[in-house]
Amino acid sequence: MTPTLAKLAETAPPIIDRVQRDKLLRLSNVNLRRNGRSVLDNVSFELMQGETLGLVGESGAGKSTIALAAIGLLQGAGIDLAGEIRFADHGNLLELAESEWAKLRGRQIGMIFQDAASALNPSYNVGRQLGDPLRRLLGLSRPDARRRSIELLESVGLNDAEARLKAFPHELSGGMQQRVMIAIALACNPVLLLADEPTSALDVTIQAQIMQLILNQTRTRGASCIFVLHDLALASQTCDRIVVLYAGQVMERGNADVVLRRPLHPYTQALKSCVIELDTVTLTPPVGGIPSLDGMPQGCRFAPRCPRATAKCAAFTPPLQSLEGRHVACWHPG
Amino acid sequence: MSKPETLFRLLDAQKVYNINGGWSLLGRSDPQQLAALDGVTLTVERGDSLAIVGESGSGKSTLLRVLLGLTSTSEGRALYRSQEIDSLTGDPRRLFQREVAMIYQDARGSLNPRMRVTDLIAEPLRHHQLCSEAKVPGRITALLERVGLPADIAERYPSQLSGGQVRRIAIARALAAEPLVIVADEAASGLDVSTQAQLLNLLRDLQRDMGLTLVFITHDLSVASYLCSRIAVMYLGRIVETGATKSVLKAPAHPYTRALLNASPRFFEPIAETLAGEIPSPINLPPGCRFAGRCPDAQAACRQTDPILAEADGGQKAACLYPLTPGSV
Repeated sequence: MTPTLAKLAETAPPIIDRVQRDKLLRLSNVNLRRNGRSVLDNVSFELMQGETLGLVGESGAGKSTIALAAIGLLQGAGIDLAGEIRFADHGNLLELAESEWAKLRGRQIGMIFQDAASALNPSYNVGRQLGDPLRRLLGLSRPDARRRSIELLESVGLNDAEARLKAFPHELSGGMQQRVMIAIALACNPVLLLADEPTSALDVTIQAQIMQLILNQTRTRGASCIFVLHDLALASQTCDRIVVLYAGQVMERGNADVVLRRPLHPYTQALKSCVIELDTVTLTPPVGGIPSLDGMPQGCRFAPRCPRATAKCAAFTPPLQSLEGRHVACWHPG
Repeated sequence: MSKPETLFRLLDAQKVYNINGGWSLLGRSDPQQLAALDGVTLTVERGDSLAIVGESGSGKSTLLRVLLGLTSTSEGRALYRSQEIDSLTGDPRRLFQREVAMIYQDARGSLNPRMRVTDLIAEPLRHHQLCSEAKVPGRITALLERVGLPADIAERYPSQLSGGQVRRIAIARALAAEPLVIVADEAASGLDVSTQAQLLNLLRDLQRDMGLTLVFITHDLSVASYLCSRIAVMYLGRIVETGATKSVLKAPAHPYTRALLNASPRFFEPIAETLAGEIPSPINLPPGCRFAGRCPDAQAACRQTDPILAEADGGQKAACLYPLTPGSV
């Protein structure tokens, strides 16, 4: 064993046994108001250790917002975040001081952003961007960080890793940039990885490679992963559990197999009917779009677009109830 | 009915960019050649719908620029109604510009942010003098309705519109010129699934109701199969497989088409083993088949002989020395 690895074994969190699954992340009644307008409304879900969870829904559903809240990047004027986000044994993340966040962010929770080209710093080369967290968070020396960087780049499938350390982001293709960002996110062996639409800017062939890479890397490390996705077919291929969001509310959640094979919420059904596959003959997308923050409907937020909506739906918010092996928030499920 | 009218015809079209060598301490390095299009032959008939499919770097966008007359070919010919596209001038050129409308990938970037929707749509109407000034407002309302937008949107600026609405405006603007052909570059990508589905349905309806000819560029085979009756799969500046969408997707003859097919997400199936690596640089291509380096079925001959587009079993054409047979996929 090289000194690098010995040192890493001390500093990195232990690989978790996949058999005894504990709760890793729990959101309970998370409410977010931005300048007084409700963005997230009573969002609750859990993530077990070693699981992959997919947050799905249209733009504006609050998927990325949840990811940002879980990594403590939702701060500032006009932001009012209430509820609980419990992570491992760190207590409620919403009450964490910035100094405590610094120990978690990057180290226990890694983040893969949607647009690698703008998430990477254009004026630093790959070696510096990858070496920084290793040196700052794990305290590795410069040569150790360099050795570890090369290992990481190789593990994310970049060949000629040593030469790539000198490359600047603009010298890499979109797929390679995304691989570099995955390497940075994995640098400190996080137990939770947040991946916000990691492949939406990439070609289909590269998309399959990158999704496979993220899954392999999280599985071998025993880590958990939250994917933000809008493609339900891709979610069914990659996620153990699914949380369907609409306009900041959880519409349906449960095991991916249960929810996506036979969705009970009309919104999940509508989303599924938008997925285009090779043998698709007709698409039947729901009419209209997600409501604006100013014009949030009372009651069920999906009601104005819902084919099954009644007066009750417009007046009262349906609670999330257990039904046929999943949770669904609808007055007329089925 | 007479024989369908041929609108576009590309004959062995090539586009080679000369890259001047950069300066280093040792002096100037040798200039290199980049063949963005390397011998593309293609016909588009009136009423056709053709999907051009491939990864980034396959030459799709260069092909599109040649079709629009924005880039001239270095070798070969690019014809529109039997006339060289890049030598069109005067009235024939103006007619070409009216008949061939473009929907850009970056719809927001293609609209002037300082013009209101009504002015954006009126611009092609006035430019081509398609109707009298008095009829312009009526045309605008009709066009907005055609693309499924409310009339009150006309007074807004592009920045006040959502991504889906901006795409619809770009489509309305393209339709305003009363074109024969619509060329669309990834017109539905980068959007929500629901918005994408709405736009694909709109494009399909327009094509059916108005008899438009559609050339649609995409990297998604499912989108191609939803919209287009014919398909051309491109790889490194060449068409590697082309034919009726149904037969190409049912029984791809080229391993690259098969790889693209496998890469499309499918419900509840594990992520398929996909193509290793990425599309290589088109500078200094090796001899033989340009896909050989990534092809799981490549054999020694593939690295020697450059395959030409030839008839395959399913009725389509494929450029492969060992095309897949329908049973082997």
